[in-house]
Amino acid sequence: MQAPSIQDRLRSILPFLLLGSVFATAIVIAGSARLEPADFTFNNATEVATLDPARVTGTPEGRVIRCLFEGLTVKHPETLEPLPGMAESWTISNDGLVYTFNMRKGAQWSNGDPVTAQDFVFSWERFLHPMTAAEYAYQLWYVVGAKDYTTEVDEDGNPVNDFSTVGIKALSDHQLQVTLQNPTPFFMDLMGFYPLFPVNRRNIEEAQERWPDDWEIKWLQPENIVTNGPYNVEYRRVNDRIRFRKSATYWDKDNVAFDTIDCLAIEAAGTALNMYITGEAHYLPNVPINIVRDLLPREDFNPAPFLGTYFYRVNTTKPPFNDKRVRRALALTIDRKAICEKITKAGQLPATALVPPGMPGYKTVSMGPPNVAEAKALLAEAGYGPDGAPFPSLEIHYNTLESHRDIAEVIADSWRVNLGIDAKLLNQEWKVYLDTQSTLGYDVSRSAWIGDYADPNTFLDMFVTGGENNKTGWGNPEYDLLIARAGTEFDPKVRLDILRQAEQILIDEMPILPIYYYSTQNIVAPRLGGFYENIQDEHFPKFWYWMDDEELAKKRAGQNEAVVQVKDVGPPKGKYAPAFNGPLTSPSR
Amino acid sequence: MLQFILRRLMWFAITMFCVITISFFMMRMVKGGPFSNERALDPAIERNINAKYHLDWSLPRQYFQYVGPLNLDEHRTRLLGGDGTDVFGGVLTLEFGPSFKYKDYTVDQIISQSLPISALLGLVAMMWALALGVSAGVMSALRRGSGLDLTLRLAATGGIALPNFVIASFLIILFVFLVPIFPVAGWGSLKHMILPGLALGAPYAAYIARLTRTGMLEVLSQDHIRTAHAKGLAPRTVIMRHALKGGLLPVVSYLGPATAGILTGSLVIEKIFGISGLGTHFINSALNRDYTLAMGVTILFTFLVYTLNTVVDLAYTMLDPRIELDSI
Repeated sequence: MQAPSIQDRLRSILPFLLLGSVFATAIVIAGSARLEPADFTFNNATEVATLDPARVTGTPEGRVIRCLFEGLTVKHPETLEPLPGMAESWTISNDGLVYTFNMRKGAQWSNGDPVTAQDFVFSWERFLHPMTAAEYAYQLWYVVGAKDYTTEVDEDGNPVNDFSTVGIKALSDHQLQVTLQNPTPFFMDLMGFYPLFPVNRRNIEEAQERWPDDWEIKWLQPENIVTNGPYNVEYRRVNDRIRFRKSATYWDKDNVAFDTIDCLAIEAAGTALNMYITGEAHYLPNVPINIVRDLLPREDFNPAPFLGTYFYRVNTTKPPFNDKRVRRALALTIDRKAICEKITKAGQLPATALVPPGMPGYKTVSMGPPNVAEAKALLAEAGYGPDGAPFPSLEIHYNTLESHRDIAEVIADSWRVNLGIDAKLLNQEWKVYLDTQSTLGYDVSRSAWIGDYADPNTFLDMFVTGGENNKTGWGNPEYDLLIARAGTEFDPKVRLDILRQAEQILIDEMPILPIYYYSTQNIVAPRLGGFYENIQDEHFPKFWYWMDDEELAKKRAGQNEAVVQVKDVGPPKGKYAPAFNGPLTSPSR
Repeated sequence: MLQFILRRLMWFAITMFCVITISFFMMRMVKGGPFSNERALDPAIERNINAKYHLDWSLPRQYFQYVGPLNLDEHRTRLLGGDGTDVFGGVLTLEFGPSFKYKDYTVDQIISQSLPISALLGLVAMMWALALGVSAGVMSALRRGSGLDLTLRLAATGGIALPNFVIASFLIILFVFLVPIFPVAGWGSLKHMILPGLALGAPYAAYIARLTRTGMLEVLSQDHIRTAHAKGLAPRTVIMRHALKGGLLPVVSYLGPATAGILTGSLVIEKIFGISGLGTHFINSALNRDYTLAMGVTILFTFLVYTLNTVVDLAYTMLDPRIELDSI
């Protein structure tokens, strides 16, 4: 008999190959350890860039880092005023320049190390170090010498200056002293801001020793990372979830309610909402825009204003937009009310300035209500209109997204109807859009800004002449001077007044066309306690707990009759709040 | 056979080289970079970041660093915090580098976490597409012109015409909200795989049914089938042993492109069902300008499609002895 050919042989093993692959599948399915549902699940809407506080910028990263790490202060969940965190107390010198923090005695890292003042010196040195390449490094540039430390580098990328030139010193294990360049009234706000949270020195140095070639990734792996916040990382899968487990070493662990929290990375808002409705998730930071109207009456959806503004930038380097009368005419004809009521629909407020309302102590500026007659007059004065030159057609530039297009259409239409301006729409993919915007390749461009801290400065310093985030080509020496003066003014009232003068200049000259102020879009299980809508839309997981029936009934009794109650996706039995006795009171300094 | 495999390997190397080179330079030509953001960076900070990620190097140097095998950075990839000890690196040493966007992961880690998920989802979809498609096709062919045939063909046309996200939405409404038996999204248990598997496989099942029907009709009219029937073999034996072998050939040749399609086309389904597979990275890495991840995923898909097609060509010869490998 002829020896079987290779083909015959292959043919005979084919069934076994198939069988084998089915078995392998079965093993994979059976072998993937199943996670028990967490006590609490929230959607973070995207995979976070990193768990390293020093190298993050985004809001989703903030939600995760507030689970893992704790800064010198924690913010009050409702009012956002600083509460003691890693610092038990603090003093501020009379000139507002020297901050002395007394560290919490007994605070521990999850590896058992005490949290000391030196940890903050180490973490902030790393944060400011040019090689760390922290995008948010400028948040600490209010400190003496900090900016030079980050920006002055030699050929190898190492800092030219020694860190001893920077005003961050550990006076002892328990005392941290920070010296500022200028009095910075919002500096205490920054102490509870997640990029400034500390990291563990031993965690990083041991990783450097063990994995010299990729320690920057290794130290953050769930099995290696050391944290000082309410939670540790138990499990992590990219684009899926981070499972947090309550830290056994956290100083305030008795007041942390949930043993486990899942943070999901679901990008599709519809999918996330489905999970919320079926009780698989308990808090979503946003909802699909097309069903907002149906959600509004519900008890679990309460949009509230927060510090964000949606506006259009105008390219002031390009005629006819270099004429402030033209810019004001454009601004005066935008029907903001229609945009808020018909398009965004979720409690956004028409914007008449850059700084949103709600900044503590700040009186808002206003450009006035829409006024078509004035707009026409301004345009005529600038030489356009029926008796002047025809207004050149313009393009509204935005990044590809349905809601941006809808808003652009309404605005283009009102310019066409009211001013006879031919406005076209131009959409671009996100990164291309950013490039066009920063190279001033546009006429009018959609923009937005979310405040980093509750102070008008976070909005206003954006438009100083030549600022990286200006992106309009606009500049006004008087404005620059006012912003600089506000930076050195110690009296808070005078300072806010200076900032207000600056904003008045901005609104008079209109390099931007304000459209609306943001509102939060959180949908939160009715039973969740310790969660408040606040002006920065920042939420601290250490305060969260499940209400018991009595508390839920009490909360519902206080609700308006018109509010629609929803099924209270509840906790598994016995997971009610332990010792937490909110609401909190502010500590005496 | 050996010659066949050698020839395929050679072409594989050439294909890979072209794919890597073209995608590398194409991606760098697109506007915007991995670190451009709504918040523009301070120029000094931007300089630090570019230095850390080698974006301040010339493009050819970045290319050779990426391809390897020699490590051109005397600090040994600063972005990983290295200290210069590792002389080798790059794609040729099977290192795809760290992701620019997801800074806690290397591209290898991301792929090894998400490829098994996509593969499993694809396998579930493929298995049910084959099972349903082949049986429907055979039934259609055997009862040609009957009501059953018409119904199945209509269903198949529907399956091809309806995009999988529409099918997914129907399935969710049906089996999550009306009859709550399956979880709405997520990944982890067998239950999680059913709905996305069904939705993903549906168009393929429909197409396979059509292919099977055509193939079977052609075979059934051939002489050797008539001979088998005449010999007195049971109809079942004739179908299973003699007709199916020839009738399934078109399906086998479709399996290569179908598998590639399922793997790359799973992104919509993955999004709808919140599954952390590879499909999402396919799109997001390009949108994020995550250069290394986008390259890694592209290379992986090239590899998969190429390998699958080769495997299908091999399988072809097993089913049909008339086909010689060297003639493919």
